Amino acid sequence: MFSTSPYLLKDASVSRVMLQVCAALLPAIAVFTWLLGPAIIIQLLIASLAALLAEGLMLKIRGKPLNMFLTDGSALVTAWLIALTFPPLAPWWLVVIGTVFAIIIAKHLYGGLGQNPFNPAMVAFAVCIVSFPALMSQWPNLGISHSLSGQLNIIFGFPAGIDSMAGATPLDSLKTALKLGDGSAHVSEIITNKEIFGAFAGRGLEWVTAAYLLGGLWLWQRKIISWHIPSAFIGSMLLLSGALWIYNPSHFADPIFHLFSGGAMLGAFFIATDPVSGCTTPRGKLIFGAGAGLLAYIIRVFGGYPDGIAFAVLLMNLCAPLIDLLTQPPIFGMKDKS
Amino acid sequence: MLMNLFKFKGGVKPPTNKTQSLGLPIAQAPLPTRLIVPLHQSIGGMPRPVVQAGDKVLKGQLIGKADGWVSAAVHAPTSGTVLEVAAHVQPHPSGLDALCVVIEPDGKDEWIERTTLDYKAMTPEQVREHLQQSGVVGLGGAVFPTHGKLTASKTVPMEELVINGAECEPYITCDDLLMRERAEEVVRGIGVFRDLLQPKKVLIGIEDNKPEAAAAMRAAVDALGESFSVISVPTLYPAGGAKQLIRVLTGKEVPASKRSTDLGVQCFNVATAYTAWRAIAHGEPVVSRLVTLTGNVESPRNYEVLIGTPMDELLQLAQPKADTDGILMGGPMMGFLVPDPKAPVVKATNCLIAHSAALFPPKPEEMPCIRCGACATACPHELQPFEMYWFSRAKNFGKTQEYHIFDCIECGCCSFVCPSRIPLVQYFRFAKSEIWAREREKNAADGAKVRFEFKQIREEREKAEKAEKLAKAAAAQAAKKAAEAAAAAQAESTAGDAGDTKPPAQPVAVDAENDPKKAAIAAAMARAKAQREAVQPKNIEVADSSVQKEISEIDARRAVLDPAASDSAATSAQNQEKTD
Repeated sequence: MFSTSPYLLKDASVSRVMLQVCAALLPAIAVFTWLLGPAIIIQLLIASLAALLAEGLMLKIRGKPLNMFLTDGSALVTAWLIALTFPPLAPWWLVVIGTVFAIIIAKHLYGGLGQNPFNPAMVAFAVCIVSFPALMSQWPNLGISHSLSGQLNIIFGFPAGIDSMAGATPLDSLKTALKLGDGSAHVSEIITNKEIFGAFAGRGLEWVTAAYLLGGLWLWQRKIISWHIPSAFIGSMLLLSGALWIYNPSHFADPIFHLFSGGAMLGAFFIATDPVSGCTTPRGKLIFGAGAGLLAYIIRVFGGYPDGIAFAVLLMNLCAPLIDLLTQPPIFGMKDKS
Repeated sequence: MLMNLFKFKGGVKPPTNKTQSLGLPIAQAPLPTRLIVPLHQSIGGMPRPVVQAGDKVLKGQLIGKADGWVSAAVHAPTSGTVLEVAAHVQPHPSGLDALCVVIEPDGKDEWIERTTLDYKAMTPEQVREHLQQSGVVGLGGAVFPTHGKLTASKTVPMEELVINGAECEPYITCDDLLMRERAEEVVRGIGVFRDLLQPKKVLIGIEDNKPEAAAAMRAAVDALGESFSVISVPTLYPAGGAKQLIRVLTGKEVPASKRSTDLGVQCFNVATAYTAWRAIAHGEPVVSRLVTLTGNVESPRNYEVLIGTPMDELLQLAQPKADTDGILMGGPMMGFLVPDPKAPVVKATNCLIAHSAALFPPKPEEMPCIRCGACATACPHELQPFEMYWFSRAKNFGKTQEYHIFDCIECGCCSFVCPSRIPLVQYFRFAKSEIWAREREKNAADGAKVRFEFKQIREEREKAEKAEKLAKAAAAQAAKKAAEAAAAAQAESTAGDAGDTKPPAQPVAVDAENDPKKAAIAAAMARAKAQREAVQPKNIEVADSSVQKEISEIDARRAVLDPAASDSAATSAQNQEKTD
């Protein structure tokens, strides 16, 4: 019996929130598997296992109740986001390093659940892309073998011709082609001539991104996330990419290409919406989302990395406390009407 | 009803659980074996007892006299004998005792003489006075003396009178049944409030899950030829909060820093209107109220209950089930577990819920906040509960106030939705009480500082006085010596029988010798006086009137009791100086 009101509680819990986020990722995982074989499932399992072990170890060291925190689902969400943003055929140890770094350094050393100033999965991505740039940029081509044993061999370190199977991501290869063309290359030519481009973005991968959009909309409908961050993210990316595309369509890809390439949709609905490291006020969320969208575009188009989501989100994480402070909404009865 | 309703942000929809207690009409609770009537049943001054052990009282007889304007009288709920006027446990989460009049009923339930008043022939002041003397207070739960709310703002015209029949808390149905069964008297009571406040519109808000009550109220309004609007408002907790209902019906938002009358609105509960009418038309002070008995019981129902009825005795009427382990007073969102089931029913008791672990499962363990913002979305005052939670936890109370903790109405919406099961409201109550405690401590410290400073000033003054006294004595001594010397010289000269001119000059010389010393003494006295005069007005500036009064009282007392004290104080001060 507890002593103070309210005595009624809504049927809600942290683990339910986290598991719904995982559930919203399932459509994209399904498309991924269909396109590239069981590799992604293997990576999800590796990441989940590493995350739970690291979480358990840290909880033990910190003297926290294991049962309560291992089942909260937060480590699982981090693990899944890492598995989905890393190359599907990356060696197992790369995923493990990323996950362990995320859980131990980015999460627990800052105080654990609810205390991390940076999105742990994006910290993992940033650390690995800086430390292992080649491995982190190699994505499998669509024509690879789907056999479980073949993919297991690649992931666990018996490479069977990985170079012939992997290459740059669509975003990366467009950027490289434009650079090599030295101003004479035209975006539309590159896209129609190269095999890795599909109907509106990267071939195949465009449907994974579409599945992220679907899962994200479901999260919004379930009120797990609010509309602010995804719409601001997508809106700002749309505006900037649209403006540059209109200004010079031969040099800049169209907005649809950008929105359905790389981690745009995953970032807008699943990563930038992380409540712990993001903004919480309505106006703050709009600024946070818009900032992340803009930075992601700028980094992926003008920067040296294949995609910009991780760095964009981390940079905005840095600004979140200040944005929140400056965007406190007026309270009931204190809205300025004068 | 073609009326544009407004929305308040946030709010939650807990299961209402109202049907259980709506099956039967209101019943009269039988006389209990004894009545424990607390004297302090309203906001404001604590009424003073006007009866003592052994007195015979009649039903409705005054037993506690209102203390000041913000206070309301308390009456005997039935006829009988006063057993004692003593401290008893209160229906308050603190579990503290307070002064109560304990009455043993004689079973006759014999009323005092009751007179019907024609309030239209009375001045508004007389009506307000009568309501205060009848113990009419807000029965929605806040128990603010009603007469204190029946004065319109002098500068803002009264636009809307809002009558609260929303009853948004789960389980509670006493206002619902009151409106269903006694709508006419409720409407007549509203008419009294309307006549006193002269608003342009009267809006009666009832949540749309009570269509029977709304229909009964509409019928009564029509039957009495009134122009009040009975409005169904969406069922959304806490629509029955005064500020939320005002917002829904008028679009106005009353901040914590303002009174609703400053915005031309006033709000009363339906049960308050009913008791006001009973007090005016029947001469009946507030000695009973409707209480919903529900929760873990076999036969939930609404009862008309005498104030002072012990809760455990009352709850027996509803036959609590075997696993009942406590009594909740009020609803499950804002109510509290009464610390002792023997606590009496008071004017604020609208509902008793038999508590069991099955009905209200123990809260799961608290998890860390993940800043999901569900609490901010649910908060009807548009606060940021998770921010206030961080700062309350860190005991950074200044920050909690920056985040408007005193605008929190403790409705419980934030705790209700929190996925981490953090008892947010509990943190906010803690922060508020800490802030109040520190405020009190600061006031006490400020008072002590003023008193200490005054003591220092007084001691200095006494020292100066002592010095002055000593100087005077020394001067007198010197003068005496000089006079003696002069006399001796004169005697000598007469004895010597000489025509010398020197002797008369001698006293002058003595005087001249003493002069610098005298001048120094006079200067010291003047300085002491000036210092005293400079110090005294400053002292008056520092002390506020109450402290000053206290000081003068102390001084007077000291002067009467111990005239030597100031001398000894001065001596000790001097000794102090010497040792320095």
